[in-house]
Amino acid sequence: MARGHHDIGGLPGAGPIDQSEHTLSDWEILADAVNQALGARGVKRTDEMRRAREEMDSAAYRDMTYYERWIASIEAILIEKKILTKEEIDRKLSQFESKWGEP
Amino acid sequence: MSDAGNAEHGHDHPKHELSHYAKRIYAIRDLLIEKGVITEKDIQCQIEYQEARSPANGANLVARAWGDAAFKGRLIADPKSACAEMGIDATAINEFVVLENTESVRHMVVCTLCSCYPRPILGRPPDWYKSFNYRQRAVVDPRSVMREFGLNLSDDVEVRVHDSTADIRYLILPLRPKGTENWSEADLAKLVTRDSMIGVMDPLDAIPE
Amino acid sequence: MNSATQFKPGDRVTVKFQDCPGHLRTPWYIRGKSGWIEQVHGEFRNPESLAFGHDGLPKKTLYLVAFNQSDVWGRTAAPKDKLLVDIYEHWLESSAQEREEVSHE
Repeated sequence: MARGHHDIGGLPGAGPIDQSEHTLSDWEILADAVNQALGARGVKRTDEMRRAREEMDSAAYRDMTYYERWIASIEAILIEKKILTKEEIDRKLSQFESKWGEP
Repeated sequence: MSDAGNAEHGHDHPKHELSHYAKRIYAIRDLLIEKGVITEKDIQCQIEYQEARSPANGANLVARAWGDAAFKGRLIADPKSACAEMGIDATAINEFVVLENTESVRHMVVCTLCSCYPRPILGRPPDWYKSFNYRQRAVVDPRSVMREFGLNLSDDVEVRVHDSTADIRYLILPLRPKGTENWSEADLAKLVTRDSMIGVMDPLDAIPE
Repeated sequence: MNSATQFKPGDRVTVKFQDCPGHLRTPWYIRGKSGWIEQVHGEFRNPESLAFGHDGLPKKTLYLVAFNQSDVWGRTAAPKDKLLVDIYEHWLESSAQEREEVSHE
């Protein structure tokens, strides 16, 4: 067994604390709200979401931003619970992308 | 199908430029609504709930505690009830603990495993609280973190770092700044920064330098 | 206090040096370290089970466990400084360490 990629208290090599803050993008606000809404409806628990993030690919965990990790874990748990499938998310996203297009 | 449009506030990006997962949340949202798992109203309510939560809640609690010893006692003994007295809804917190700073003790809170934070009181955590650097350093060298936030403590002061690993949510009750006797609650609240309620710094000084 | 609670404030405890698969909320850095019970938080559903969609029952007792910073990191930290972690009962055992006072066994 090995230390989880999330279990980082005390690890060496950390740098200065970046105190800058960013205004949340629409998609981040949406990720936050969808996560909370799923919890309020009893669809998933925070513990399941944490576990999904711990099960992610370790390189992805370090590279993704905070809310990207949330979205990845929302997707993983919804698929695990057979509420959505990856294929239907892909299909829906393709529909969006053809609408969004390039300016 | 509905677009992001009326539901969100915040910062707009052209959607085709968003990253892989950023785009997927829109698809996930629409599918969940189509399937009746959640509703558009659920999402809107959560956005509004979150917008209503900010460090001002914590600052008001602290300011009242500084001025009213009996309230301070109630805040430490039963934080959720004390919040309710002030119209702050802390019911979403499973277990709420207030840690009082003194001249000889300073507390600091971190969640090394993820980013647990008293969101129902303070709103969303700052990016730095969720950062790998903070999560790695806070437990092993809290004083160096405090120095980055401008707080230098002598070794006579005990630093107590809480790693928030379970359902307990911690709020620091910072030390009341000197020279604030007879100040109004509103003026006291202005000295209470969000970061002082996490514990990486003391509140603002009463008299500007 | 619940009579089934194994530890009380002041008890010396050591965090088990163990690992298992699944969702664990006992940080790596504190495993094997010794401290003392600061407070009994009460009983909570077990996150290790909740994380897999189970009901988290039976509830487990959660403790606020305090450690000297110098004992955790094995190097000189400011001598008064402490580290406090919320740890579940099944991760704790009575410490083999005795207090400085004489003990008669």
